[in-house]
Amino acid sequence: MPGLEDLYREIILDHYRSPRNRGELPVPPARRTEGFNPLCGDEVIVYLDVDPDTDAVRDVRVDGQGCSISQASTSMMSAAVKGRTVDETRRLIRAFKALMSVHESKLEGDAGDGDTEGPAGDLSDVQLGDLEALQGVVKFPVRIKCATLGWNTLQQGLDEPAPAD
Amino acid sequence: MTPVTKPGDARLDVARIRADFPILARTVHDKRLVYLDSASSAQKPQCVLDAMAEHYRDHYANIHRGVYAIAEESTEAYEAGRRTVADLVHAPNPHEIVFTKNATEAINLVAYSWGRANLAPGDVVVLTEMEHHANIVPWQMLARERGIELRWIPLTPDHRLDLDHLDELLDGARLLAVTAASNVLGTVNDVAGLAAAAHAAGARVLVDAAQAVPHAPVDVAEWGADFVAFTGHKMLGPSGIGCLWAPLELLEEMPPFLGGGEMIRDVSKDGFTTNDVPWKFEAGTMPIVEATGLGAAVDYLRAVGLDAIHDHEQRVTGYALGALADRFDERLTIYGPQDTAGRGGTISFLFKGIHAHDISQVLDDEGVCVRAGDHCAKPLMAVLGVPALTRASFYLYNDEADVDALVDTLARAEKFFAIET
Repeated sequence: MPGLEDLYREIILDHYRSPRNRGELPVPPARRTEGFNPLCGDEVIVYLDVDPDTDAVRDVRVDGQGCSISQASTSMMSAAVKGRTVDETRRLIRAFKALMSVHESKLEGDAGDGDTEGPAGDLSDVQLGDLEALQGVVKFPVRIKCATLGWNTLQQGLDEPAPAD
Repeated sequence: MTPVTKPGDARLDVARIRADFPILARTVHDKRLVYLDSASSAQKPQCVLDAMAEHYRDHYANIHRGVYAIAEESTEAYEAGRRTVADLVHAPNPHEIVFTKNATEAINLVAYSWGRANLAPGDVVVLTEMEHHANIVPWQMLARERGIELRWIPLTPDHRLDLDHLDELLDGARLLAVTAASNVLGTVNDVAGLAAAAHAAGARVLVDAAQAVPHAPVDVAEWGADFVAFTGHKMLGPSGIGCLWAPLELLEEMPPFLGGGEMIRDVSKDGFTTNDVPWKFEAGTMPIVEATGLGAAVDYLRAVGLDAIHDHEQRVTGYALGALADRFDERLTIYGPQDTAGRGGTISFLFKGIHAHDISQVLDDEGVCVRAGDHCAKPLMAVLGVPALTRASFYLYNDEADVDALVDTLARAEKFFAIET
């Protein structure tokens, strides 16, 4: 039986108690995306500012409320993507979702979207760093959606057309 | 059964009662199981498990069908379950109890059958802000289909029904659909008073009694309602069986709900005629053995005594309200009445700075089972302005030691998630 320490690793509690990049960004140039987990009422708002010249994430801010896992995961995500290019960010999202996907693909009843397959999908070089602390979440299947909420919201933000100036 | 109150003391002998519930002897994560989620579903005593096993083992056949001994025995057991439930709620006639899948289906039956036969565009159904989704969505479906108007009785600051404008809300209403006891706030409503007011305004009254029938004596005649819905699994019975009570004349004038076998008297290519009440509403093979199990559960509850159960829950709830306030002060906010007057043994709370799911996770680690989330009452959550609450609910097998386990484990959760300043 997995214990609490598998779920609530110290780094996760640290991000929960002291969330990084908390706040808002002016829209535009930033884009604002809302994510919502109707199951538990968790809410994440991601403000994403991408430099159109370098295609790099110039700044990111997160807002919302929810459980420690959703808020810590979103905080860790914000720290991890700042400065990365959009392509690198997308690959990080896929690598993180792959970390969470063993159970999630079963829960969602789909076969996954081939995150780790094919040459273009090889994610073995993506460094997850601190994010690996969230791996314990997969032992608590009902909490996986908490951990992925911010990441799905970020991906939605990347997929939306850039805001007009 | 042996007495469950201690000699010379009106208190329930909780240790004796707990011994009747096999699951309470198990451990979770090597900890004693502290089950505080009976408002969601109650645990089952051995006598219910035995009654169902015996029915399956010795008497099982489909009911109302076969002309053979075990079919008659099975039918008799099913109908005995109906009589037992009718006795429990003092229904004047056992045929006024319709078996359904659960309380939700009982309410849907009324919305579908009575509602579609009686409600026209512009007709008003009055609900309250503390209803469970089961007593909201069927009426919203009818509103969407029929264009009926829904009105909501609001809450007072101490989370009881605000009846200051009841007459205005009931003006022109065709139905008042109200919970007897909130599954979130624990608030117990004055059903008899509400029913009298609704009837004076010419409205019918439906009572969602899912949280009431398991916990205190209920007399449908005293309530004076037209429909009372409740469910077996919250009152020590099996899941899969619920009940609708309504007066015989009302059930007789209502059109059928589900069509199929047993609910008919005759069928030809040209059409069908319906069976007598209550079988008119019991299409297809029903939860047969569940009726036996529910009957055994009701027998058990009555042997313990619903008055004694009510008194016991009042005492445990009072102890819990005091213990939570003493230990956590303003860091923990209880939603619902702050004392035991007009409330049952369901306590929902918000812990400052700690999400309900995180609390529930830490409690689970100590074997303490509570519910976290919106409790199928999202309109109420919106009124309260909270995304999720943690809920502990008590029943006859819980005692002060369970409350102590809750409070101690909450203290652990608080330490675990403490925000250092």
